Amino acid sequence: MANLKDLKNRIRSVKSTQKITSAMKMVAAAKLRRAQDNAEAARPYAARMSSIINSLASKATPETAPTMLVGTGADQRILLVVLSADRGLCGGFNGSIIRATRREVERLKSEGKTVDLLMVGRKAKDALKRELGDLIVDSREGIQGTAVSFADIDSIADVIRERLENGELDRCLILYNRFISAITQEVTLSSLIPVEVEETEAVDKDSASSAPYEYEPDEATVLEDLLPRNLSTQIYTAILESSASELAARMTAMDNATRNAGDLIDRLTMEYNRRRQAAITTELIEIISGAEAL
Amino acid sequence: MAETTAFELVTPARVMMAVDASMVVIPGSLGLFGAMPRHAPTISTLQRGVVEVYVNGTVNTRIMVDGGIADVTEDKCVILAERAVSLDNTQRSDIESQRQTADTNGNTRELEFLDAVLDAL
Repeated sequence: MANLKDLKNRIRSVKSTQKITSAMKMVAAAKLRRAQDNAEAARPYAARMSSIINSLASKATPETAPTMLVGTGADQRILLVVLSADRGLCGGFNGSIIRATRREVERLKSEGKTVDLLMVGRKAKDALKRELGDLIVDSREGIQGTAVSFADIDSIADVIRERLENGELDRCLILYNRFISAITQEVTLSSLIPVEVEETEAVDKDSASSAPYEYEPDEATVLEDLLPRNLSTQIYTAILESSASELAARMTAMDNATRNAGDLIDRLTMEYNRRRQAAITTELIEIISGAEAL
Repeated sequence: MAETTAFELVTPARVMMAVDASMVVIPGSLGLFGAMPRHAPTISTLQRGVVEVYVNGTVNTRIMVDGGIADVTEDKCVILAERAVSLDNTQRSDIESQRQTADTNGNTRELEFLDAVLDAL
């Protein structure tokens, strides 16, 4: 049974934990703002890019279109890019990505496909190393955060491009936490190759209202130039979303932890005071009964 | 001339510039071309070069881009560039220090781009 001294130590330790979690919450909140701004600032670029791709894709025929746009046509080897965090203590963030990865790999395998994994972020890689280690073809660490550099993104895009050229992949998917709000993040699976093209109806309507585009030098060259950029942009936006989600998840988790620590401190303090009073009462009774016995 | 084209220069990090321009000179991969209002809809790849934005007939802003893509329609001109540096409010010393980092990192593409920026400044 814990005595008074133990209780006191316990309270002190919970208090210092609370200090840490509340500091982490504050840091995450401050960083979240920046990450959110970054993610929002990147949207116009991605949106414009995909609108150009859409208008080009509606013209490209499956036979002539570059493989980066439509995939190889086969559906056998699939590269799954998984974005997780480098650090823990962010609630269900990493857990949900890891679960989704496991599920997705299972599903693709049951369809008889070959799955390769490219892990971005330390947490998911470490967690899946044992069971899916032989599927991991490459991994990256330390590229997320408030400043994501395009050079890092290009190194990921290069891996994908190389594998595509070497015939080592037919389709490429990316799995990440999409930032919806500070309290909700959604695990999202989207396709990098083939490029996700919006329904053709919308494109048709758009192109009917304006005169047909001229392409300089020509459509094929423009597409060839655009697709690698688009690949990088898609990865870039996904990483920004994922970073914002990570911070949001950490903020919520740390907020909860701080509140739990507060509750625990209250409970322990109550217990401590009760014990202290009990001890005093016992002492008094001892003194009084001692005096009476005389 | 009252007619303008809505010019936007967008980089992955932000919308770098948005202005109503009377003409935009774009370094297309087939050569420079000017995008004015009622320009035929064109999508062109870009080469490394200077984008000149004319507002009310005079050069308002010059921006160095390292390739990219331009989407010109009758009333709009959107340039997407991964790397862009404005030549008007950039200090030579900033570019030179960036050049140093690129040099130590062995980033040749960035190095060439910054050299071009220094030349144009």
